[in-house]
Amino acid sequence: MKKTIITVVALSIIGFANAQTPEQRGLDIAKAAEKADLGFNSSSVQLKMTLKNKNGQTSERSLTTRTLELTEDGDKSLIVFNSPKDVKGTSTLTFTHKVGSDDQWLYLPSIKRVKRISSNNKSGPFVGSEFAYEDLSSQEVEKYSYKFLEEKNGLLIVEQDPVDPKSGYTRRLVSYNKNKGYRIEKVEFYDRKNALLKTLTYSDYKLYKNKFWRASVFNMVNHQSNKETRLEFKDYNFDVNLTDDDFSQVALKRAGN
Amino acid sequence: MNAIKKVRDKSNRFAKQWAEFVIKRKWYVLIASLILAMGLGSQGNMEFDGDYHVFFSKSNPELEAFDALQEKYTKDDNVILVLSPSNKNVFTKDNLSAIENLTAEAWNTPYSSRVDALTNFQYTSAQGDDLYVDDLSYESELKSESEIEQIKQRALKEPLLVNRILNKSGSVTAINITVRLPGEDSAKEIPEVTAFVREMIANFKEKHPNFEVHSSGLVPLNTAFFEASMRDLMLTMIMLIIVIITTFILTRNIYSTIATLVVVMFSIMSAVGFVGLMGIKLTPPSSVFPTMILTLAVADSIHILITMLQKMRKDGLSKIDALTESMRLNFMPVFITSLTTVIGFLTMNFGDVPPFWDLGNITAFGMTMAFLFSTTALPALMAILPVKSKAKQKEESKFIKVNWYTTLGEFVVKQPRRLTIISLVIIGGLTYLATKNSFNDEFINYFDESVEFRTDTDYISDNLTGIYNIEYSIGSGESGGINNPEYLKNLNAFENWLEEQPEVVHVNAFSEVARRVNRSMHGDNEQFYRVPDNREEAAQYLLLYELSLPFGLDLNNQINVDKSETRVTVTIENVTSADMIVFAKKGEDWLKNNTPEPMHAIGVSPTLMFSKLGFRQADSMFKGNIIALILISLVLMFALRNFKLGLLSIIPNVTPVLVGFGIWALYKGQINTGMVIVFGMTLGIIVDDTVHFMSKFLRARRELGYDAKQAVIYAFETVGKALVTTTLVLLAGFAILSTSSFALNSYMARITVIIIISALVIDFILLPSLLILTSKKNTSIKANN
Repeated sequence: MKKTIITVVALSIIGFANAQTPEQRGLDIAKAAEKADLGFNSSSVQLKMTLKNKNGQTSERSLTTRTLELTEDGDKSLIVFNSPKDVKGTSTLTFTHKVGSDDQWLYLPSIKRVKRISSNNKSGPFVGSEFAYEDLSSQEVEKYSYKFLEEKNGLLIVEQDPVDPKSGYTRRLVSYNKNKGYRIEKVEFYDRKNALLKTLTYSDYKLYKNKFWRASVFNMVNHQSNKETRLEFKDYNFDVNLTDDDFSQVALKRAGN
Repeated sequence: MNAIKKVRDKSNRFAKQWAEFVIKRKWYVLIASLILAMGLGSQGNMEFDGDYHVFFSKSNPELEAFDALQEKYTKDDNVILVLSPSNKNVFTKDNLSAIENLTAEAWNTPYSSRVDALTNFQYTSAQGDDLYVDDLSYESELKSESEIEQIKQRALKEPLLVNRILNKSGSVTAINITVRLPGEDSAKEIPEVTAFVREMIANFKEKHPNFEVHSSGLVPLNTAFFEASMRDLMLTMIMLIIVIITTFILTRNIYSTIATLVVVMFSIMSAVGFVGLMGIKLTPPSSVFPTMILTLAVADSIHILITMLQKMRKDGLSKIDALTESMRLNFMPVFITSLTTVIGFLTMNFGDVPPFWDLGNITAFGMTMAFLFSTTALPALMAILPVKSKAKQKEESKFIKVNWYTTLGEFVVKQPRRLTIISLVIIGGLTYLATKNSFNDEFINYFDESVEFRTDTDYISDNLTGIYNIEYSIGSGESGGINNPEYLKNLNAFENWLEEQPEVVHVNAFSEVARRVNRSMHGDNEQFYRVPDNREEAAQYLLLYELSLPFGLDLNNQINVDKSETRVTVTIENVTSADMIVFAKKGEDWLKNNTPEPMHAIGVSPTLMFSKLGFRQADSMFKGNIIALILISLVLMFALRNFKLGLLSIIPNVTPVLVGFGIWALYKGQINTGMVIVFGMTLGIIVDDTVHFMSKFLRARRELGYDAKQAVIYAFETVGKALVTTTLVLLAGFAILSTSSFALNSYMARITVIIIISALVIDFILLPSLLILTSKKNTSIKANN
């Protein structure tokens, strides 16, 4: 009995060694996607967020997002709220990290103070929307473990399991478009009990600088609450030439005013 | 007279021809009946629906308001697990770890969307200049004694925890699992959640035997409804045995017993087929239909069989002759009594509670089929079976019985006036008492103490929190307006007012979140434990706070997407339905008197929906009951062919219900939705007694030329025993139903028992007295003629 097990194990190791494991292929795809998007340096974009509940009642927020690309660690981003009026000027500054939890600050113009969001809760909804903070933050390769599942109509479907134990998800199924610079077409989110929670669909992709695919619309549907959030991006600008100085706490204060 | 005789002859001839046809083609009739019953039965499909929503019609305004509120925020049902450690202190390392682990496991509950517990409570504090939001106790097994003491101090001061998740002394705590049922198939979804939760509790108890676990909430409520349906369906088996025994005792004939059994089984099979064909899902009220049909259908067979056997035993007729004669004599009475019963049950459709529509329709269909089978399969079977007529040895004992009924008749005849007055006084008194009953549809009390849901819920009410609640969705009138300081102040005042009310156990309002965050934004300074007084501040604090919350513990269940309305949830002690309605109204009035118009809101909740259910059912059934009374009186007038007696029959038909509710006022004083239907239902049943008694009285007057007094004695002698017999069968059936653990069924059955007994007494005392008193003038008129 023991011998058989050993033989089986040995054979399978040899088998895996020859072919690429699904885990390896999944990681490779994620890395390829990251590589394809490499070199945009910095960008800014206007964003309209529309929340919709089951009844079809809607609510809108508008934001400006600036991103600075970093290679040795995760990207930095700065989000400024333009509306609703009572939160106008409120801005968040985020340093994503490849390992460990991200740093995040919030500037509150009403008291002219910067507050660090020191909680390690990153899985809650972003301003009441169906997007969790972790859905919007920079998708660093190191934040997940991977497993390639299948290829369907040019789409590579990869299962991604979050490394952070406080994540709201057990796994995500991400569809990469192999022929379009590994851009992501769709993400399905599974909650802690492994039931389908949300589907995020990217649409109206545009190619910027002949290299960077950016979707103009993100549509997130929550299958359990039947609520929906739509993000519409416009005025992508890849020539803003932002630097580290534009992503400091001083810059955060300035951005809000 | 001649015209009447013609009609009677016609119906007699029809019944006779029917009987002869059935007996001649007995095999065809039997096989056709079998095919019909089997055919219908094969369509049968018993599915259960335990969702409490089934009690509310689509147009129920309370349900509509509650659904609207749930759609604005989140639609959720819940399971609450209450944990009581044996050391009476939740705050030990082991206990907190156990709670933390169970909380983590609870996230795996099917359809769960949120889990609120002591350990994952999002505690807000200031750390330096920053807002810190985190689990109250994370990785509890690593905590030191002093940290645990700090957690305890924090928890016991937390208004969102105390009396909701934690009791005041810190000895009992709860885990509240919110589930979002898709609502596509409650027969599948609810058991799925229940099975998971039960296994989770069992595993937890095994690992932590020092914990006592009780569970309640809307999902366990649904499960309790579910299981009540199945238990009550099982009562059918007991009733079947009773039917066999009763039939055997009354007929003393094994073949009669078999034939009766065939008729009732065919009737039930048909009714089950009806359930399947109509796609009805069984609920606790409608799941008693087989027992109802058994109880009511057996009377038809017994009437036909007893007459047949009497004709054989007493008059020495041959089997076929006796059968034909019995059919001739009983066809019309059985038809009339079936018709009135069907009318009675169909009036349940006038009500506003769908499970009773189903009960009414299924039973009405079953009774129609019972009539059909009693007049086809039953005589056919009796014609086939080798029934032998025994000698007339029973006569002696019968005479004694006849004497007893004669004595009763003579007693009544002697003093009709006095008996009428005494009866009317008693009925009047009880009618007055009947008005003293009050509606109470506390859904927890629907279940008696043999049901775990009830005892667990009682435990939770006694030791931790209330189970009943009321919710208000309070608007601000503008987008983002919940951050308006004016709105927050008013909301805070409402919260404070609610807290002051004696019946309030807990209030969950957004103003508490605003206060708490404001305090933490000011370095945990208690002076800032108040709502912010600047709109931008409030909005930005809220934004910061929301960004700090973890998965599943967001504010979306409390704030609408537009940030224009918030939800206030008030937990209330166990109070009666009437008090619940008064309380909800008080809250609505407070808002009207103290806040601007957009903040006015109506109270909604499942508790309130049930509270108003009885009143709504009573209002809507009122019309149905009047129609039933008119229809049944018309049937009686037609059957008796006498307008005046038809009118007079209203008295013995209506008064038993008044007496029933009067006695009930002395017994319980509280009535529920299930009892509203008894008027129409019992009317259809007790009218049989009146029909039998009056028709015999009339026959004596018309055919035998007796005077009123003699006619009354004749009626006693001829139908006295039959009435007692059918009453006993009915009592057996409803007595069995009254053992149900589900109060909508058991109360309905108990009051029906009282009403049926009252009906018999009234038919034996008041009815004959009235017949004598009203006949005096009649006699003289007739004499003049």
